[in-house]
Amino acid sequence: MTDKHLSTQFDSELSSISTRVLEMGGLVESQVAQAVLALTSFSGEQASAVLELEEKVNAMEVEIDRDLQSIIARRQPTARDLRLLIAVSKSTGNLERVGDEAARIARTVQRLINAGVSSRLRLPMSDLGYEAELATAQLRKVLDAFARLDVERALDLLKHADEIDKEFEGLMRKLITYMMEDPRTISSSIDLVFVAKAIERVGDHAKNLAEVIIYIVKGTDVRHNKPEAIEDMVR
Amino acid sequence: MDAKVETPVTEKAKLSVRNLNFYYGGFHALKNINMDIPEGKVTAFIGPSGCGKSTLLRTFNRMFELYPEQRAEGQIMLDGENILESKDDISLIRAKVGMVFQKPTPFPMSIYDNVAFGVKLFERLPRVEMDERVEWALKKAALWNEVKDKLEQSGSGLSGGQQQRLCIARGIAIKPEVLLLDEPCSALDPISTGKIEELIHELKSDYTVAIVTHNMQQAARCSDYTAYMYLGDLIEFGPTEELFMKPKRKDTEDYITGRFG
Repeated sequence: MTDKHLSTQFDSELSSISTRVLEMGGLVESQVAQAVLALTSFSGEQASAVLELEEKVNAMEVEIDRDLQSIIARRQPTARDLRLLIAVSKSTGNLERVGDEAARIARTVQRLINAGVSSRLRLPMSDLGYEAELATAQLRKVLDAFARLDVERALDLLKHADEIDKEFEGLMRKLITYMMEDPRTISSSIDLVFVAKAIERVGDHAKNLAEVIIYIVKGTDVRHNKPEAIEDMVR
Repeated sequence: MDAKVETPVTEKAKLSVRNLNFYYGGFHALKNINMDIPEGKVTAFIGPSGCGKSTLLRTFNRMFELYPEQRAEGQIMLDGENILESKDDISLIRAKVGMVFQKPTPFPMSIYDNVAFGVKLFERLPRVEMDERVEWALKKAALWNEVKDKLEQSGSGLSGGQQQRLCIARGIAIKPEVLLLDEPCSALDPISTGKIEELIHELKSDYTVAIVTHNMQQAARCSDYTAYMYLGDLIEFGPTEELFMKPKRKDTEDYITGRFG
């Protein structure tokens, strides 16, 4: 988006709204990182920090959407400007939901701590940690690709999107085994199922964002296609 | 520039433009234009001032022939006949290809006579049939309800928007096949503009409409196909939705997004 409009005001509105989406992305990213830390270290403090950030993220979503409406109403954008703004709208929605997943994880950690579940209880925390690492890496990667409007990076992310899904399935099997072996873990294992699902959803949102990046740059809607098909559509 | 812009039109072409060049004296105003204007659709022409869009429109009914130093070369096929070489009386071509201009041009006569004027040139209709024709045209132009009680009053007493609709009624009264609109709304307020756009939408079921407009949103709103022209070249021509959402050429995108400098 290096070319300038006749209206420099329009240019600055567009660049300001993209910057704010990235800011929101940064906030959400740190929210997820804190949630994972709260989970792996069983820290109530970290969990509260995640929940504090949630309000800020929600407020940003509302604010960006409001500016979006104003730009559309006043500028009647077309072509790539219009695509960018539609993409911004989708991105804020996805990011806000990533924030929701982080908050869900944080609340589960708080509940586990309040229920007196000890971190010494044999639970597959390191596996969860690995799934979370994959998801945060995806999120970081997609935000980076958004900042540079880097289609190659977005495509690469889509290609590896199923890694998290596989990890999630593995975790499910493991948690079921734990529950069968030791019924005392059932209650906390179920909590962890939801945590694992929340982490997997973060990966899904990262995938949605990658599709949005391709839409901005190429103008092609690649949703609901297999990664190989997407490559063909874009090239 | 590509010599030939591929034509995206899948419908039957009403007007086929082939290798069209146009000169104002020594000035080369249209450079090898090739395109099909689809039948029963609205085709919009956009582009900055001086890009040739009005010039192109004026070749479609040989309006340029009023000026001796202007000439067109190439083909404009209308139902298989090259308009540019037709030996027919020019007014017969203009009866098939009607035109409405930027500024409303009511004749200094009554509303009724404004509409009947063109018809009288081509047809001898009994009074009753003429009345019917005038009413039909005024209804088509969405003006009937506003003027039916004052048909004998002067056309110039109407508002700008009404005058423009009167001109459209005059244009369609002779039942042309193609209607050319050259900036029909540039002198009108948003409400009159809205009525004209509504009318364009209505008209396309019976006519092939070509419209030149500076207002890109207008092109986006009321056309099926859009052509972007620049400095006498046809840069891009395609379905309106595509052109405004995902134009193929960067020049087009720069223009419609306001990056043109």
